[in-house]
Amino acid sequence: MAIQKLLIANRGEIAVRIIRAAQELGIATVQVHSAADADSLAVKMADEAVNIGPPMASKSYLNIANILKAAADTGADAVHPGYGFLAENADFADAVEAAGLIWVGPKGSAIRVMGDKVAARVAAQSAGVPVVPGSDGRIDDPDQARALALKIGFPVMIKAAAGGGGRGIRIAQDIEEFDRLLPQASAEAKAAFGDGGLYMEKVIERARHIEVQILGDGTDVIHCFERECSLQRRRQKVWEEAPSAALPQAMREKLCASAVALAKAVQYRGAGTLEYLYDDASGAFYFIEMNTRIQVEHPVTEMITGIDLLREMLRIAGGQPLRYKQADVRLNGHAIEVRICAEDPAQGFKPGPGTISTLKVPGGPGVRFDTLLYQGYTVPPFYDSLLGKLIVWDETRAQAIARMARALGELEVGGLPTTKPLHQALARDAEVQAGKFHTRWLEPWLDQNADRLGEEA
Amino acid sequence: MSKQILSPLPGTFYSKPAPDQPAFKKVGDTVAVGDVIGLIEVMKSFHEVAADQAGTITAFIADDEEPVMAGQALIELA
Repeated sequence: MAIQKLLIANRGEIAVRIIRAAQELGIATVQVHSAADADSLAVKMADEAVNIGPPMASKSYLNIANILKAAADTGADAVHPGYGFLAENADFADAVEAAGLIWVGPKGSAIRVMGDKVAARVAAQSAGVPVVPGSDGRIDDPDQARALALKIGFPVMIKAAAGGGGRGIRIAQDIEEFDRLLPQASAEAKAAFGDGGLYMEKVIERARHIEVQILGDGTDVIHCFERECSLQRRRQKVWEEAPSAALPQAMREKLCASAVALAKAVQYRGAGTLEYLYDDASGAFYFIEMNTRIQVEHPVTEMITGIDLLREMLRIAGGQPLRYKQADVRLNGHAIEVRICAEDPAQGFKPGPGTISTLKVPGGPGVRFDTLLYQGYTVPPFYDSLLGKLIVWDETRAQAIARMARALGELEVGGLPTTKPLHQALARDAEVQAGKFHTRWLEPWLDQNADRLGEEA
Repeated sequence: MSKQILSPLPGTFYSKPAPDQPAFKKVGDTVAVGDVIGLIEVMKSFHEVAADQAGTITAFIADDEEPVMAGQALIELA
């Protein structure tokens, strides 16, 4: 049944993005918000707004009972979780459906399988998708773990089975370090995630982060090509592109086909992303994890395919089959997204909430700015620092970088520090322009270029 | 006149290093300059609040997990 009234269980720029998609489909919107977000752009844009609690996320955006009550009180018939917060919480997905509402996302059971790193790895292997050499499942016996670490070779990554977002990861360079870290990792995983389960993976040095966007309707699955997100700081993506500059066409086809095979194996419904490491020296790729939700960097895929992923999510959740066959999805040109955050790159990325005194948004062909900002808005200190995403499209990668530099020059956000100077420096960098980077490229670059990251005069 | 320790940043005040651990300081404790009296979470990053004055704590003005503004009083000292 088509969605009539959608509750957005999120905030910030993604809430704005979801409301836009709903409006274009004639769907009414309910924006839930914390006491700190009463003035947010999403609240202003939505048809209705409901205060669901105090500023702390655990008391508002993570409060399942209050969100479900807001849905009942407003007569919403569907819930979109966005990204972060409850987006990959299988219990929330089940609770939404148990309340008789449409969950805009995959079944709770699919979230559970793909959200557990070990189960996801097993699912990938049985779908014929290569995974990083490591343990075949959870490791509970320390002696067995030790033998396996010696077999796969150092450095070895010890990960929490229930971890995610770069948390709960330790790297051992040799067996002495491994012996020291293994008990620590287990205790930390138990404390942080309530599950001491661990697994191990070989560290792939100088790998690229490449991920495949998929859309499924529970029966059919298509891919919308890949994104490359190798420029990362503290495992957080900073600059994202589609397509990857490093992937030969034959490899692209193999990688995307493997993502479709895995998503089909779990009867995936909705939008999802399969993340891989790609070793461009050997041409090998390895599945690392699946995100069972829309991602921050989805716009670059929209720009190269012309597919509105958020609208498709709402259509699929409303019961429509996929409107695209794989052959309909064409890769056209090149897109880049940079994350504009309220952080000062000249001062160790210190966060800086504040009031927006001036806002000049770039325009012109091939430029898009997905943001939560408006002039006079006070950015609250309680949530993450993402202010918006500047996205450009052009015919070639080189032309897209030039367009990004031009658009960044037009962007003015006054009243707080932003990461704009970082992106301007990246756009000028010869290695970035040549596409010569990997997931550990950016951090040493930041150390070497610290003096070039201030606001330009 | 009583002395106060102010929040250097806007965000969420925590009086404990972690939810399952005891508070950094409690009423009646003496505080030396430089002692950590709490944490402020700003945009998902945590900053220690160090005392800029010495004394004995007479009251917590901000509760654990309370949203605070920059310059808002957290603790009163005698």
